[in-house]
Amino acid sequence: MNPDRVARIGLRVATAATLAFIYLPILIIVMYAFNADPLQRWPITGYTLDWIGRAWANEGVRSAFFASLKAAIGATTVALVLGSLIAFAVHRHRFFGREALSFIVILPIALPGIITGLALNIAFRTVGIDLGLLTVIVGHATFCVVVIFNNVIARLRRTSTTIQEASMDLGADTWQTFRYITLPTISTALLAGGLLAFALSFDEIIVTTFTAGSDIQTLPIWIFANYQRPNNLPLVNVAAVFVLILSIVPVYLAARLTGGAGTTGRG
Amino acid sequence: MRIRRMSALVAVIALVIGACSSTPGTTTKPKPSVPASLGAGEGELKLVAWTNYVVGGTGGETVEGAPDWVTPFEDATGCKVTVKVGGGSSEMVELMKTGEYDGVSASGDATLRLIAGGDVAAVNTDLIPNYKNVFAGLKNQSYNTVDGVSYGVPHGRGANLLMFRTDVVPETTDSWNVVFEGGDKYKGKVTAYDYEIYIADAAVYLMATKPDLKITNPYALDATQFKAAVDLLKAQRANITTYWSAAQAEIDAFTSGDMVVGTTWQYQANVLEAAKVPIKAVKPKEGTTGWSDTWMISSKAKHPNCMYKWMDYIISPVANATVTVWFGEAPVSNEACAEAEKQSPGHCDIFHATDETYFKDVWYWNTPSKECLDGRGPICTEFSEWTKAWTEIKG
Amino acid sequence: MIRGSLPRRLAASLYRHPRAQLSALLAVPLGWLVVAYLGSLALLLVSAFWRLDSFSGNVITEPTLQNFATLAESDVYRNIAIRTVVIAALVTLTDIILAFPIAYYMARVASPRVRGLLVVSILLPLWSGYLVKVYAWRLILNESGVLNWALDPLGLRGPGYGDPAVWLVMSYLWLPYMILPIYAGLERIPSSLLEASGDLGARSPRTFRKVVLPLVLPAVVAGSIFTFSLTLGDYITPTLVSGTQFIGNVVYSNISVNRPLAAAYALVPIVIMIVYLLVARRLGAFEEL
Repeated sequence: MNPDRVARIGLRVATAATLAFIYLPILIIVMYAFNADPLQRWPITGYTLDWIGRAWANEGVRSAFFASLKAAIGATTVALVLGSLIAFAVHRHRFFGREALSFIVILPIALPGIITGLALNIAFRTVGIDLGLLTVIVGHATFCVVVIFNNVIARLRRTSTTIQEASMDLGADTWQTFRYITLPTISTALLAGGLLAFALSFDEIIVTTFTAGSDIQTLPIWIFANYQRPNNLPLVNVAAVFVLILSIVPVYLAARLTGGAGTTGRG
Repeated sequence: MRIRRMSALVAVIALVIGACSSTPGTTTKPKPSVPASLGAGEGELKLVAWTNYVVGGTGGETVEGAPDWVTPFEDATGCKVTVKVGGGSSEMVELMKTGEYDGVSASGDATLRLIAGGDVAAVNTDLIPNYKNVFAGLKNQSYNTVDGVSYGVPHGRGANLLMFRTDVVPETTDSWNVVFEGGDKYKGKVTAYDYEIYIADAAVYLMATKPDLKITNPYALDATQFKAAVDLLKAQRANITTYWSAAQAEIDAFTSGDMVVGTTWQYQANVLEAAKVPIKAVKPKEGTTGWSDTWMISSKAKHPNCMYKWMDYIISPVANATVTVWFGEAPVSNEACAEAEKQSPGHCDIFHATDETYFKDVWYWNTPSKECLDGRGPICTEFSEWTKAWTEIKG
Repeated sequence: MIRGSLPRRLAASLYRHPRAQLSALLAVPLGWLVVAYLGSLALLLVSAFWRLDSFSGNVITEPTLQNFATLAESDVYRNIAIRTVVIAALVTLTDIILAFPIAYYMARVASPRVRGLLVVSILLPLWSGYLVKVYAWRLILNESGVLNWALDPLGLRGPGYGDPAVWLVMSYLWLPYMILPIYAGLERIPSSLLEASGDLGARSPRTFRKVVLPLVLPAVVAGSIFTFSLTLGDYITPTLVSGTQFIGNVVYSNISVNRPLAAAYALVPIVIMIVYLLVARRLGAFEEL
């Protein structure tokens, strides 16, 4: 048999196996969302749709979901702006500390969450800001910036500056050039980065624990708190399935818009 | 700050004097200031609590199937409650240090830390009408009273029990031996509570099995006694796969058979029995540790009047019955017991609420301090050493 | 002189004064990152040189090396650090091995439509929630769980809870973060290079070793930054599927009880990660994130 053909079949099998591995626990989650027994035993003896109704009626999970949504939207927006700003600065100018900056920007996400969370907690307490939705947004934005930064600067490096100069020669000012020339060039990079940043923020728990205080509960924090309460366990699974289903469309759309090139905005 | 540290120091000395003599020690230090009267409610109340302690209302915990005891409080006092559920005592101490909260349901291993750190204020029990009915066995305890000054009101009390699967461990088991020397039979399936205070449980066992160590209080361990307890726990480690810190984790593990024997709260036993998992929970003959959480008021409370109203509410008969029936612990007064009987017949009997002899060998969580809690002087190991030892035990 | 509205004049002056433009671009992000984040990080690390007054629970801000002495005198801290680093390395290796086939398939073999579907199917689980996935693994790995139930007819048993479980679950959790950079890196390799290699006589394995691997290495390192650092600091997964302690557990359990000690121990993963990042940057990984 043609060695290439063997390789292709091998790759297909490996891909299928990896996908099965990735989705097995997801399948478990879905199954347990319909488990009739509030105690989680295996094998599952009976199924029910009850939990969906209870989850829907549960105020805690609803407000937690919206809190997570607000935090993620806020954090992604801030990260988009700040990440782009830094990318433009690093790309266009030479300045003291340029190398260091691209290193510093990655620290919040590369250092363990507990350290970033603790550092941010100290920062907020020292400055005297009350913990709440705002601090969660700032906290998440801190480690989401790097995702945007990397995507944008990678794109900028592949774009020539001559087209911007041409635009200015033709009479456009900085804002117009930005809006009509630069922005479209980096749009898919922003979209891909924004999607990943959104996912990172939505699912984050460790840094959030240190920056949320008592007033706000994001979905992961709600899940963690509800794990302690037996009757609420299936609600956790229902919430997870709900988010999963909800995210299918946006993820699919984003993947299509970025040409199916994943998070790096290439293609 | 200096004044607080001074008074805390003197308070501990007074503790020692108080422990040695039957009459309260005479000191010349001024009593901590307490409010003389209550004003109107401030309209808000921010609490730190254990899970299932503050349930209901819009700001309390939302728990499936649980009664709501927050809304009646809010209706009666106009104080809107929000709760931050703490995962453990150390986290609660940390939260109280921020000054953001008005009160906390502190376990005995946190109370003295909070008092010594100046994070909580003394309480004028005259301003709490329901306090006079609280069982004598819950008042003036060394973990909630310093130098005759009260620092809070009890939420309830309970004993830590030995729980085991009856299909694996003999039903007649009545000794902690089964999790220590006798644990080899259940290798990998023994469990213990994942917190340094568990060292006291080892000490309780040693009190009965090694009397020559002369341990009189499991929270007052000098270097030799401490080492003995730690060695016992290091030996136990070999038989443990996972410790439990969340009640649910223990419930899951006993259900699946990952754990078959270990220490527990009545709460887990109730849930497992209701789900028909074959378990039994007993208070072993050597005695056991227990807990009685104290509602304390923050020294930086922004809503002190609401906090006093809460403290009075939570020990009032109907409310206390509701919370203790739900959580699975003993109510704090005869009146509360009477109400509890209406909600769950036999409740007070199951939890031995009025049986002071039952609680005689229950050692409520306390804060290990350098100054021995049994009065021997400054030779005992204190809490941060317990924490370090716990890290070493778990490995 | 620029005539026109204020925005135009502002734009023009910014263009002509690059430094001003630079400052405007950087002011906010730099301010936050450097001052607030780095500043508080520094404060945290400085507290590693303070000590706890065990009586009152308050921190005494006099410099001392006591915390480091504590960490050095007992074996357990060293063992925990080694355990954490070893598992982090194992997880990284596992993920590289697991990610490569699917990433290669997506990048070079699959049709565009299949590729798009595969990308979506890999991104989707990121939305099911970290905690929920770990709880699902608890159900799979426990004594009477899915794994043992499946292995029972074969007479085998799963690993149960413990270090192997942590390795397994973490490999699972961070896999997408390894697949995506490798996929992107592989995709960027021009087909012409591979064809040229074939034309020069190399067969597929050789082309793979000599052409593909060196070109995709920065991407692999980039992915490894995530898998390594996420494993290094995690304390939630070890608590849920194991009884053993990791660096994160020790830091977390000491935060409220003995903050200076927690800060001192936190230096370990910080130093490790900074070194790791410096090496990764050298290898070009920063362009591949």
